Amino acid sequence: MAELIVISTLNGVLFGMLLFLLSSGLTVIFSMMGVLNFAHASFYMLGAFFGYQLTRWIGFWPALVLAPLLVGAVGMAVERYGLRNTHKHGHVAELLLTFGLAFAIEEIVSMIWGKSPMDYRIPAALDFPAFTVFSTNYPAYKIFMLVVSVVIFVALLITLKRTRVGLIVQAALTHPSMVGHLGHNVGRVFMLVFGVGSALAGLAGVIAGPSLVTQSDMAALLGPILFVVIVFGGLGSLPGAFIASLLIGLIQTFAVALNGSLASVFGPLDPSLGPSPLTDIWNVTIAQIAPILPYVLLVLVLIFRPMGLLGTRES
Amino acid sequence: MRYLPFAMAAAVLMLGGAASAQETLKIGYIDPLSGGGASVGEGGLKTFQYLADELNAKGGILGHKIEIVPLDNKTNPQESLVQAQKAVDAGIHYITQGNGSSVGAALEDFVTKNNSRNPGKEVLYFNYAAVDPSMTNEKCSYWHFRWDASSDIKMEALTNYMKDQPSIKKVYLINQDYSFGQSVRSEARKMLAAKRSDVQIVGDELHPLLKITDFSPYIAKIKASGADSVVTGNWGQDIALLLKAAADAGLKVNWYTYYAGGAGGPTAIKQTGLDHQVFQISEGIPNSGNKAAMDFEKDFRAKANMSLWYPRAVNEMRMFKAAAEKANSIDPVKVAAALEDLKFEVLDGGEGTMRKDDHQFFQPIYISSFGTLADKAKEPFDEENTGWGWHLVSKIDTAHAMVPTTCKMKRP
Repeated sequence: MAELIVISTLNGVLFGMLLFLLSSGLTVIFSMMGVLNFAHASFYMLGAFFGYQLTRWIGFWPALVLAPLLVGAVGMAVERYGLRNTHKHGHVAELLLTFGLAFAIEEIVSMIWGKSPMDYRIPAALDFPAFTVFSTNYPAYKIFMLVVSVVIFVALLITLKRTRVGLIVQAALTHPSMVGHLGHNVGRVFMLVFGVGSALAGLAGVIAGPSLVTQSDMAALLGPILFVVIVFGGLGSLPGAFIASLLIGLIQTFAVALNGSLASVFGPLDPSLGPSPLTDIWNVTIAQIAPILPYVLLVLVLIFRPMGLLGTRES
Repeated sequence: MRYLPFAMAAAVLMLGGAASAQETLKIGYIDPLSGGGASVGEGGLKTFQYLADELNAKGGILGHKIEIVPLDNKTNPQESLVQAQKAVDAGIHYITQGNGSSVGAALEDFVTKNNSRNPGKEVLYFNYAAVDPSMTNEKCSYWHFRWDASSDIKMEALTNYMKDQPSIKKVYLINQDYSFGQSVRSEARKMLAAKRSDVQIVGDELHPLLKITDFSPYIAKIKASGADSVVTGNWGQDIALLLKAAADAGLKVNWYTYYAGGAGGPTAIKQTGLDHQVFQISEGIPNSGNKAAMDFEKDFRAKANMSLWYPRAVNEMRMFKAAAEKANSIDPVKVAAALEDLKFEVLDGGEGTMRKDDHQFFQPIYISSFGTLADKAKEPFDEENTGWGWHLVSKIDTAHAMVPTTCKMKRP
């Protein structure tokens, strides 16, 4: 039991940190620009595919730097030539643009790389067990993922809260014209913010690609849960997203580990009732419903605390 | 002069006849070409296209060229029905599908209804991989033919092998949460209890189909259970990712699988270092030792750039041709009648037969293990450039691979 708890905690934290790495970009973009970017998971996927391709050509470490930059460049182009023009038509237009973009990116990726999983390997330098707990190996690569996520979290927080850049970026959202009068190019600030947000998603893709599966549906697989994270954590709140990511990672992992069902708590139903939908519900284990738990959480949060855990504004 | 109209009519008839003889025979391929099942769907498509080319090079079926029409169902039953209807509207009389028994059951129902409502426009459903036993038992249909061994047949063979392995003491079951996975889990429980009452089932897990990106939590659970063997019917990315997570965690158990050889599986097994500890049950293996099959494999790998993952697709297409020639027609009703009880020499050697009672094809079944290949001359084929390949450990003849059916078929 202790073994399962320790391993599940580790797994949960790891998955949570990956979620955070993904949602941090989304949160930054949302809190700075008020744009809910539906294509965010697609940038993550682009990161993984760019990472895979560059790894083939020039190796993993250069790819780790270059691929997020490329994804950031794509993001900036999207902001400059897409979002900036739709901005004046309001949030719905922006939302629809990113929504369409998500589909377009998925199609383009599957056209170029096909639909089969890529053979994207963990770099040899990190392909060894870092440590062993209860005879379960912990891959060094997962620790690497964890470290990158923590570094990004700290760096983002410091940049936004403690530096001049963060000050200008935050001011540009609430008082764009005033910031403009002070001599800052507000358009460029937005473009850079969007680029950084996309690059973060790209970075998550490059490092998650070898560990999870790199194929053209990976965006669709992770996309929905990102929204759970940022809504649950509070729209636009970076610490909120951090806590929510960890919580969701842990909840999902621990739910899988539990075999409890209503039947195991209250005893099996009277067999004379015969098979019915009720007996099915009665016997469903927590492990079986693990994947939907985050969405249940999303619904509950929206009902009881619409601003999320640490959010400041109403969604 | 007065014969002219007759001559013209005769000419028109002959032209018409010639035109219909050249008419292409379209086969609707309904399988996932996007989403989590895409990797297996694309592999199947390549296989069928290769087989169609092979038949066409030899004059097609009764002079008809074969064309495979890809229809993407996204592993979704609802989407499959839309695609099947599209195929019917386009005048296609043969559909083939394999991935996902939920999809298979929906299609079986579709062809049954379609054929009773539209006499003269019958559609046949050739199933090459959906192995839920109910499709040839209580839900059986005259219009459905299955070339893959049903899940029960596979489990029967697999447990027959497992019962002679004294090292197996604690078994963990992990399967996809839908009809096929559930039948694997219940049959495994039943058969293991009957054949090896001393074996303990230490876990019985169902997880969502093609939705999980990281199996580490499940691996932790398997590890905590103290299992020495895992039995799984997982396919597609679910088996590849499961093995990958096991490799990462260093889980050392024996794996008894249906589909460990699917895309990504061999690479993951190589990473686990589990040399000849992952077993797979199938109707053929690349290193079967049968010369014709190995020649086919070689040519297939050269042209399709993948290993032959569906020997049953080869059997399906070749048997389709044999049945059409026996019936001397490509009319689905006649082909269906000709397929019943048709005996056929399968790709990997040995005779198979399409049982009339339930339209299940019975053929020799192989259990193979994945690992280093000692003799490169005898076992030349590795998988996914890992250097490891499939090694035959047990062959079950057709006669011993038979299971009873409860099918009460409604015949037209």
